[in-house]
Amino acid sequence: MDFRLMIESILPILGGARLTILLVTLSLAMGFVLAIITALIRRSRLTWLVRLVRVYVFAIRGTPLLVQIFLIYYGLGQFLWVRESFLWPVLEKPFWCAIIALTINTTAYGSEIIRGGLESVSWGEIEAAKSIGMSGFLLFRRIVFPIAIRQALPAYGNEVILMVKATSLASTITIMEMTGVANVIMAESYRPLEAFIIAGSFYLLINFIMTRIIQFTEWRLSGHLRPPELSLVATH
Amino acid sequence: MELLGFGANGWGDEMARATLMTLTVSVCAFVLALVIGTLCAAGKLSRHKPLRIVLDIYTTLGRGIPELLIIYLLFFGGSGAVMFLARLFGYHGYIEINAFTAGVVAIALINGAYQTEVFRGAVLAIPRGQIEAALSIGMSDRLLFQRVLVPQVLRLALPGLGNCWLSALKETALVSVTGLVEIMRQAYVASGSSQKPFIFYSVAAGLFLLLTSISGFGFRRAEQWTGRGVRRA
Repeated sequence: MDFRLMIESILPILGGARLTILLVTLSLAMGFVLAIITALIRRSRLTWLVRLVRVYVFAIRGTPLLVQIFLIYYGLGQFLWVRESFLWPVLEKPFWCAIIALTINTTAYGSEIIRGGLESVSWGEIEAAKSIGMSGFLLFRRIVFPIAIRQALPAYGNEVILMVKATSLASTITIMEMTGVANVIMAESYRPLEAFIIAGSFYLLINFIMTRIIQFTEWRLSGHLRPPELSLVATH
Repeated sequence: MELLGFGANGWGDEMARATLMTLTVSVCAFVLALVIGTLCAAGKLSRHKPLRIVLDIYTTLGRGIPELLIIYLLFFGGSGAVMFLARLFGYHGYIEINAFTAGVVAIALINGAYQTEVFRGAVLAIPRGQIEAALSIGMSDRLLFQRVLVPQVLRLALPGLGNCWLSALKETALVSVTGLVEIMRQAYVASGSSQKPFIFYSVAAGLFLLLTSISGFGFRRAEQWTGRGVRRA
């Protein structure tokens, strides 16, 4: 083990960590919103849109993320009309291609998770809300959505971890995030273990923090399910 | 369309051969992961504490570190590791690990970590009363394993194993970074020479979709078969 190489790789890999975190947060944030929208469409009566979302989820979950990234980054450039369109300044940048691919990917998985959450909301709760005159958006915002999210949160936590790992594929389209930097160090030094240990630990650290955030959110959302706290010390 | 034909000008036969390679890599890795998964699950459920700690570290690393990083490690470091082990046994020659072996081992190690948890969960889902009942009528450990544990673990683990298989299948795409000619690598080569990347990556996506839908269908049938004795409401 070459400890000097290990210490020397910390800074470059830490520089890559910035990009990794940026990729994760941006695509997760957009993916979450889109997942809710597509899950709601799946449960609506808009027959054609429902079919479209089903095909989309099927196609994304059935193919590797790498294919999706390459289709967007390399594939779209094949068409002249894409290269002449106003979207080209975005689509020619590897960073935005990675963001688009990751968002499209996590939306499909997230959509199924949120749909499961929405389906777990019991009729009784919706009827109770209706009986006191709630309807439409108010019913969704106050009753359906919070219950669904609480139910979906553990599964969504797994998706967050998978997304952190998925950002490593951005290195295949020249983005120098953590895996990209580690790959360069491995190839140049012919000592793969050192860079692997550093990059691997950073990934584990990010994943650890992510699971803690999810756990904390879960804890915040389930206050009514916890037994009341007993104060052991008499206050008076 | 001519590009996808099976002749000298088309890429049809190359893509077909690459699909076979994708299947070979994923089947080899999945079978190896089955062995790793069952053994590690048994270890995690054992009373041996140091073993449990080591296996906990393995499943955490295997599930928390990106697949691509693990593939790079084995690709660049596989030969070194094997030569180091060989030297301990007194062999000093040069050994090279090819892209196929590195890819299979990498995916098997990752998939094995997930399968360990699947099998562990399945064993824990068997009601304790059943094991006690088997012991109370005097079943030996072996018979208990054969008649009570295996048939139920098979049924309970099958949905999880189906997911593991699908991930293994999709992870083989990552092995293309080592130059192994599977679907993704072949699509990359074909789009480079034909300047039609969209077509070839779409074909790659279609091939993967075909493989995943067929296996999804197969696993649903298998679940029906293993669940044939279960009463449903």
